[in-house]
Amino acid sequence: MNVRRTLLSTAAALGVLTGAGLAPTLASAQAPAAQVIAADARTGLSGGLHDAGQAASGMALEYSVPPPPGFFDPDALFAPPRNQAEAEAFQARMRANPKYGPLALANTDMAMSDGKLFLGNFNGFNAYDVTDGAPRLVMSVVCPGGQGDVSVHGNLLFMSVEENRARLDCGTTAATGEVNAERFRGVRIFDISDLNAPRQIAAVQTCRGSHTHTLVPDPADPRSLYIYNSGTSNVRKTEELSICTDGQPDQNPETALFSIDVIKVNLDRPQDAAIVNRPRIFADSVTGRVAGLWRGGRAGIASQNTSQTNQCHDITVYPDIGLAAGACSGNGILLDISDPQNPTRVSDIFDPDMAYWHSATFNNAGDKVVFTDEWGGGIGARCRAEDPSTWGANMVATIENRTLRGRAFHKLPSAQPDDQNCVAHNGMIIPVPGRDLMVQAWYQGGVSVMDFTDPTKPFEIAYFDRGPVETGKLFVAGSWSAYWLNGRIWSSEIARGLDVLKLVPGPNLSAAEIAAAESVRADTINPQTQMRVSWPDSPEVAQAYLDQIARSPAADAALTAQVQAGVDQWRQSAGARQGSAELAAALTAAAEKATGADKGRMTALAGMFGRRAG
Amino acid sequence: MTLLPGLLLAGLIAAQSAGSQTPPIFQPGAPGAASRVITPGEAVALSRSTFTGDDVAFMQHMIVHHAQAVEMVELLQTRAASPAVRLMGRRIALSQQAEMDIMRDWLSQRGQPLEMPGMSHAGMDHSAHAGHAPARAMPASDTPVMPGMLSPAQMQTLAAATGPAFDRLFLTGMIQHHQGALDMVDALLATDGAAEDTLLSDFTNSVVSDQSAEILRMQSILSDL
Repeated sequence: MNVRRTLLSTAAALGVLTGAGLAPTLASAQAPAAQVIAADARTGLSGGLHDAGQAASGMALEYSVPPPPGFFDPDALFAPPRNQAEAEAFQARMRANPKYGPLALANTDMAMSDGKLFLGNFNGFNAYDVTDGAPRLVMSVVCPGGQGDVSVHGNLLFMSVEENRARLDCGTTAATGEVNAERFRGVRIFDISDLNAPRQIAAVQTCRGSHTHTLVPDPADPRSLYIYNSGTSNVRKTEELSICTDGQPDQNPETALFSIDVIKVNLDRPQDAAIVNRPRIFADSVTGRVAGLWRGGRAGIASQNTSQTNQCHDITVYPDIGLAAGACSGNGILLDISDPQNPTRVSDIFDPDMAYWHSATFNNAGDKVVFTDEWGGGIGARCRAEDPSTWGANMVATIENRTLRGRAFHKLPSAQPDDQNCVAHNGMIIPVPGRDLMVQAWYQGGVSVMDFTDPTKPFEIAYFDRGPVETGKLFVAGSWSAYWLNGRIWSSEIARGLDVLKLVPGPNLSAAEIAAAESVRADTINPQTQMRVSWPDSPEVAQAYLDQIARSPAADAALTAQVQAGVDQWRQSAGARQGSAELAAALTAAAEKATGADKGRMTALAGMFGRRAG
Repeated sequence: MTLLPGLLLAGLIAAQSAGSQTPPIFQPGAPGAASRVITPGEAVALSRSTFTGDDVAFMQHMIVHHAQAVEMVELLQTRAASPAVRLMGRRIALSQQAEMDIMRDWLSQRGQPLEMPGMSHAGMDHSAHAGHAPARAMPASDTPVMPGMLSPAQMQTLAAATGPAFDRLFLTGMIQHHQGALDMVDALLATDGAAEDTLLSDFTNSVVSDQSAEILRMQSILSDL
């Protein structure tokens, strides 16, 4: 078991550093001060389903696409009766039709491929053509089962299904009972090659269903693909699925707890997709004990038969660096995925402020991970002024020698009232060269962009938010996922549809930085399969680095003027190269004296001008 | 916004369907089978799930169960010694109160009473409320009001403790209490037809994940006391 360190945070502030036997990682003086979450322009927005008040900074809403036909249920939006007459009418309605499904049409996760955005939903998925202008609906598929996390590879769409009521045949009657041969919980595979004839071609049953899944390319074979499946629900009965047994590993070494599922898809025969491994990624690396992750303090209560880290909620893979970051209920972990069928844990962390490790996002360099804490599961108001700023927040961690270390917390810096469900949720890197930026969904807290270039001092640089569905009454809604996909922020709004947002320049983000990010394109983007971004040598990218250097209080005005002249010359004429070599030398010299992110920016600029000089 | 005016809704839906470019809605079949085309009304109907008496009883029970955690944290205000225990208690109280709101909303949105018949406040054994422990003449019961809760006797012992002894009792008691919630979820999921309601299904998942994580944290604090 590795030594785990406590991130100094609330715990430090209260003087309760519990790990007396552990060396604190940060001196108290260096411990980042906890954020104070205050009211701001987002706090008191007016309510409304389609007409709520809005606030934005550093970004602008470009398109808002309401849910398509079949994906909106007016009956599911309901406020409790306020008087006797309303109460009686409601009782009568419930007697006539007890079927009632709030959240059952919630929009969830997204993927983009071949000019189409795929928007998951508890009841199926929708596809939008996004090649030009406003998103245009091109396909709707209904197949209930939640939560509908989607990924795309070529003509295949993968969907996570976890609810007990889900059926193999996307059916009309729920699969009921403790054991039901028609029940489906796992990963569905659809053939979407013909938008006018989508078909389900495979359904891989798993023991704990599929809460989320992650596509993992096979470095050795482009015709095969792996899926890491994270099931968080109860274990199915053996009578329903023979590979499944429940229980603690002490009593049942074969337990379906304490593992993820590795599914292999032969792209030539996707209908044969099957589980090929259920690795014990939480096992103790020395003893091999299956329940090997943190179960107690230094005195050790590992013998107690109680709950612990036995599942991942979400795994983000970064094939380029051979690592995956897992957000696994009670711990954050790092996996070596160089052999994708056999992921092995190389690091893990625990922190008393993290209630539920929910998702993970690497920075582009692969030396930082942002873990989110979905304290409360997303259906409650957890961004109120009285909620601690280190709970339900992001934890920025660094990776050194393949070891995770927690550095700082960052929470949405806006108090959100009782009527808005809010906690840290899904996000993605915005590829601005020279900076680590992440756009992220906070449910009804809206969409927020965090700068975590300095892992000890994360801060917000842009946001978009709406008021509640109804003032004074919490209806579950808001942004489920907010991703940077080919030049725009795409936000799946649980109740209101799909939002498209554009970054706008301001003091914290320049036009060149935005242009550099917008220029990054990919044919297929599955946000949990992270791809390394590289930027071309161009005047825009050079300007982005320069804007960052100039923003620093320590900027050397003479040097920035000199570089600006070089960038201007480049913009006017790609062939005019005089002075480039001198500029490269000046930047190299300055980089030697610089520290932090500016050092990297100057080095990158020196490289660009050096190559330009030829 | 009040309840969405019917007219506005009708307008919204009409505007959506009026776009003649809207593609059909497919409902796939089992793997290998063809898809069929369904109407928007059928699509919405597919999203609707029903709920059972067991679901309702689960929510009603869980409200009572959570109320005990809040009561335990109230005791903590004047009795706990460890700042880590206080912090933990604060987190638990915030979580359990918020979850109680969700459960009450779930019940009232489905036209169900918040309390089970016979489970009303008046019907409960008052000695369960350790904060105002009754006279010694009536020894508190060793039997909890329902499975997964602390017994009235345990609550009295907790209320009588202070300092490090309280911290230890609080943590062991709260671990037992949280384990009770996990057992309640397990029992619900083993019941025919239960937990098919999407919000309830999501809620039970959050109860399991949050309370498992809190148990982990409490074990950690306990071992460091």
